[in-house]
Amino acid sequence: MSNDIFVWVEQFSGHPTAASWEAAGLARRLADELGSDVTACVFGGQGIEPLAQEAISYGADRVLLAEDATLADFRVEPQAALLAKVVREAEPAVVLIGATFRGRELGPALAVELDTGCIADCTALEFEDGQLVATRPIYAGKLLSKCVIPERRPQIFTTRVRAFPKPEPDSSRSGEVTRVEPVLAEDEIPSKVTGFKETKGGVSLTDAAIIVSGGRGVGGPEGYEPLRELAQVLGAALGASRAAVDAGWIPYEHQVGQTGKTVSPDLYIACGISGAIQHQAGMRTSKVIVAINKDPEAPIFKLAHYGIVNDLFKVVPALTEAFKEKLG
Amino acid sequence: MHIVVCTKHTPDSEAKMSVDEAGNVSWGESPLIINPWDEYAVEEALLLREKYGGTVTVISMGPEEALEALKHAIAMGCDEAIRIWEESCADSDTLATSYVLARAIEKMGDVDLVLFGKSAIDAETWQTGPAVARRLGYPSLMYTIKIAELDPDGRTITVERLLEEGRQVVSAPLPAVVGTTKGINEPRYTSFIGIRKAARMEYPLWTLADIGAEADKVGAAGSAVRWPQIFMPPVREGEAEIIEGETVAETARILVEKLLAEKVI
Repeated sequence: MSNDIFVWVEQFSGHPTAASWEAAGLARRLADELGSDVTACVFGGQGIEPLAQEAISYGADRVLLAEDATLADFRVEPQAALLAKVVREAEPAVVLIGATFRGRELGPALAVELDTGCIADCTALEFEDGQLVATRPIYAGKLLSKCVIPERRPQIFTTRVRAFPKPEPDSSRSGEVTRVEPVLAEDEIPSKVTGFKETKGGVSLTDAAIIVSGGRGVGGPEGYEPLRELAQVLGAALGASRAAVDAGWIPYEHQVGQTGKTVSPDLYIACGISGAIQHQAGMRTSKVIVAINKDPEAPIFKLAHYGIVNDLFKVVPALTEAFKEKLG
Repeated sequence: MHIVVCTKHTPDSEAKMSVDEAGNVSWGESPLIINPWDEYAVEEALLLREKYGGTVTVISMGPEEALEALKHAIAMGCDEAIRIWEESCADSDTLATSYVLARAIEKMGDVDLVLFGKSAIDAETWQTGPAVARRLGYPSLMYTIKIAELDPDGRTITVERLLEEGRQVVSAPLPAVVGTTKGINEPRYTSFIGIRKAARMEYPLWTLADIGAEADKVGAAGSAVRWPQIFMPPVREGEAEIIEGETVAETARILVEKLLAEKVI
């Protein structure tokens, strides 16, 4: 067994996700502490070769590159089979995977394949007396749990999106790229991807640096229009509370909270959201929280850093104008 | 069609969680309920049964408290419920839990579809569904928000599943493991008749011997992950700084200045 760190590089249509580079940055830090190397696993369809160099710029010493049609659209079976094979050969101490939807399906499948542990959705990972200790939220972040994999190897961790810093790429770094072949042929893969319906409105909630979110106070589907305009000016994603989703004003994909997505943007602007504990569970780790609500007693003001007590339909358009002035 | 729904019991989502000095987790006076995400899986199983016929079996690995989850599923309309447990199952991580559930499903033998909720609201690993799929060698269709097609005779299923960028449309042969998510349906309430049925129902208990599970793959012995410490997160002190200008436009400008100073824009 080696002390090396493996990191899985996730891509969608050939584009790497930010979660991959956050995991790569963490892999680099852990490898530096151990005096070992980082291997990035880049498995995708034809044309993903540039990601190998990019992985090196984000901290990899070595890249295992598989370029094959069976790996183009994410399916857990071929990805897990190939990842298990290269891990068995190299015997790294740690495998890091971004805790995205794909990553959180891949991690446990890989753990079963290798008969080892996978600790999900880590928000911190540190050595304590030589043992890697992961911290992860449980019960919707009401509690935190420290977790370890004391004996089995490799230790697999999925890392919460935006919980670890994305490093600055360094294009002067060099590394070795080795091509690997997929393990499963197309006729050995049970599932077939027959289509993809991209979410309208662009920015993905989990990756977003800024989120403009609306709750019961927006009053109806058309109430989201001013929020959309603000989001557009800021390049932000559009979020929603459970109340608004359950009322049918906006699709579930936008829901933030315990029964929706967990987000951790730099800036979260909560408009007409009272801030029920279930909503807080999904956004409390945002760096700066702004609350706009008519009700000064709304619980969201206990969590927010800045608050405006007024009608969101007056405040949000004014904010849009003020940002336009400043940002040009 | 034989559909199996895997479920577990959790504290209510409103529960005020706490940890004492010895590290024991408490959920106060809150009741133990069926994991809320599992209600979507149960509902989807019932909808499929209404459409295609067959039976729905709900299973849970857990101590007696797990009956809360099984009873709720029966009260919603499931046909059979099986609990799997013995003391040595305690402290199982998802590696061990998935082993037990997969062994139980294999024992049933005639399963067409295995349904999970997206995750459990206690440990929130999201891992048991994909791990069971891997163990059974069935296609793994997590985060399904729509079963677009199901052909019991042609033995295929097509689902739309949520990924960050949108919905991936995937077809797979049966049997398959489907992880459901909110948005797939609107779970029904339990009926009076259902609650009465659940109260009178027999809940068979399967032991490790019943499912042919090896003792060293279960519980702490079969688990890779340990969780030595559970603690309360640090609480942020203080309240929001309320911004108030002479006019709404001025209020907005003050806030924008503050956010620019915070360097979050």
